[in-house]
Amino acid sequence: MTTLTPATPPPAQDLQGAPVPRTWVRTVEDLPGRGTIPPQRRPRPTATFQDRVVSLGSMAAALALAWAVCFRLLPWGTPLGYTIVAFVLFLAIVTVATALLTPGPAVADRLASAVVAGGAAVVGVALVSTVVFTFVRAGPAVGHLTILTQDMSGVGPRDPLGTGGVLHAIVGTLVQIGIAVVVTVPLAIGTAVFMTEVGGSFARVVRTVVEAMTALPSIVAGLFIYTVLLLSLGFHRSGFAASMALSVMMLPIIARAADVVLRVVPSGLREASLALGASRWRTVWHVVLPTARPGLATALILGVARGIGETSPVLLTSGASTFFEANPFAGAMNSLPLFVFDSVRSGEPLLIQRGFAAAAVLLVLVLGLFVAARWLARARSGR
Amino acid sequence: MSTQLRAEDTHAAASSAPPLPRRLSGRTTGSDRVFVLGARGIGATVLVITGGIGLFLAWQSVPTLSRYGLDFFSETQWSPDTDQVGIASVLLGTVTVALVAMVVAFPLALLAALFISEYASARIKSTLVSMVDLMAAVPSIIYGLWGFFLLQPYASGVARWLHTYAGWLPFFHVDTDPTAAQWEQSRYTASAFVAGLAVSMMVLPMACSVMREVFSQAPLGEREGALALGATRWGMIRSVVLPFGRGGIIGGTMLSLGRALGETIAVVLIISPSFDLKFRPLEVGTETVSALIAGRFGEASASQLSALLTAGFVLFLITLLVNTLAAVIVSRSRSGAGTDI
Repeated sequence: MTTLTPATPPPAQDLQGAPVPRTWVRTVEDLPGRGTIPPQRRPRPTATFQDRVVSLGSMAAALALAWAVCFRLLPWGTPLGYTIVAFVLFLAIVTVATALLTPGPAVADRLASAVVAGGAAVVGVALVSTVVFTFVRAGPAVGHLTILTQDMSGVGPRDPLGTGGVLHAIVGTLVQIGIAVVVTVPLAIGTAVFMTEVGGSFARVVRTVVEAMTALPSIVAGLFIYTVLLLSLGFHRSGFAASMALSVMMLPIIARAADVVLRVVPSGLREASLALGASRWRTVWHVVLPTARPGLATALILGVARGIGETSPVLLTSGASTFFEANPFAGAMNSLPLFVFDSVRSGEPLLIQRGFAAAAVLLVLVLGLFVAARWLARARSGR
Repeated sequence: MSTQLRAEDTHAAASSAPPLPRRLSGRTTGSDRVFVLGARGIGATVLVITGGIGLFLAWQSVPTLSRYGLDFFSETQWSPDTDQVGIASVLLGTVTVALVAMVVAFPLALLAALFISEYASARIKSTLVSMVDLMAAVPSIIYGLWGFFLLQPYASGVARWLHTYAGWLPFFHVDTDPTAAQWEQSRYTASAFVAGLAVSMMVLPMACSVMREVFSQAPLGEREGALALGATRWGMIRSVVLPFGRGGIIGGTMLSLGRALGETIAVVLIISPSFDLKFRPLEVGTETVSALIAGRFGEASASQLSALLTAGFVLFLITLLVNTLAAVIVSRSRSGAGTDI
């Protein structure tokens, strides 16, 4: 049973100020004598026996008919063709069956349910197949633990999987994203605080430009750093240049997300803090930011996940080394997405397997970040 | 009416005993001023950094545009050696890939969003929401691998099917015989179609989460009203949820279109570059702006780099236009209500 939360009736006036009759639903707790009875969920049958029979029967008929069509009548005998034909036939059969039994709006309803569920299933299959496929193809290479403990220096493209690994790429990714986070987060959150807490016409300009720059394609961010830092200022390809490219890409994204999160902090909290005599800085530090912390963490972590997986800025700026390098200023420093890209493009079967192993490691990193984000976001609902 | 009455009241009170308005000081003092200055400084820094990129791109494209003029937009070839540099075919390729991605992603995102917000039971809803968010976090290179290794064989089969049965449509045409005993699979691979499929998986979660967000904000009273009047679930969706969420649907789609236009790595992995001015998504070979930059930056001289930056700038402007339109549409929809105590 749904109870409406507001405890006072909404003002019985419309925009013109004229009183209008309104229905007012009281909450369960307000009703006299109802406080002691625990609200019981009324059983709501969602599908009748007939509905189930129609669904299951249509499914069986569609599968059988699709088999006849694909494997006996027309040359469409592939698993994909079979699935598509079966689904289309299912839609047709379920429509006809429903129209025969319960004509009227129920036909469109049944058809819409089937289409919506089918579309959602396609999305689910796509996601699951992506993750499973990456891990399955990574299997042979991940079986060798050297993949996590060695780098690729002196390892040829046709050397067996037992030698060499992607340690250098893992370290490179972590160093680059670490620098990018250190650069980006204070700037992004500071900007968001400026846009929401200070405001004014200048803040509107900043907000417009920041929102515009979220449209910057990541490859153009990489090209910008490549032109300015590498060609004009004479830096060589390094982890530092790569992290700058990632920062340029991530800064508007995180700033905008943080802005959205800070904007929904209730202004009543802010006003209460200011009315108690706190300075604006203390209000931001002790009220606004803690209130928005789960949202900020989610925004940040999703931004970082985006940055970790982004290949194109790194492709232009970091250089693909094969050896271990932890100093971001020293020279070329590989990273996981770049390693995956290079090894897959090489066309060597063994190198492609290593590429998939690196992709699996990358996916695990992103999954870990993602779980952390979920966990932090849940902290809000627990309060 | 009530406003007028109140104004008269104040007027009457003011005429009997004129109260002096309390003097309010708007000056900020002490730490407040430091805070405002510091925040403004950070804002200015970010403005300089981000705005600087835009200005830099614009400034860098001046020499190219003055050298080639409007030919830059009508020339199809990108061969700096023969001094033929233009982005006509590249822009068409970019639009083709993005269009394929949207044609696939839009219905799937809409259906998935509807399923999550309207059909899924409360128990699995949060899991499904997490799955869509996870899909957004999966790196684009992994979708590239998925598209290249897993999807491409199936996609070329679908492309051949479309060519066989709908080849009379000009945009399904492929320059080969689909009914040959040994069909030429290589003519159907590495195409804008396959790249668009991979890109669609990248942009789908973005569109889906925007749509789901808007659908979940559809007013409960109107939903219950529709159901109480005897609407089926689909009737309620069609008469309440979809009209309410129209702004979010359009806005979310355009946001993901903006992302699809700039996608690089999956496209580079899948397509084989070609500079033909054609709109045949199923056929092998295409080129997008971002793939062009990724492929050509290495051996580019100063003038070629300027040309690449110009191409990037044009891409940025297109993306910016799309995103701005999306933001306007989303903010004009009914669902822009803020949160407040």
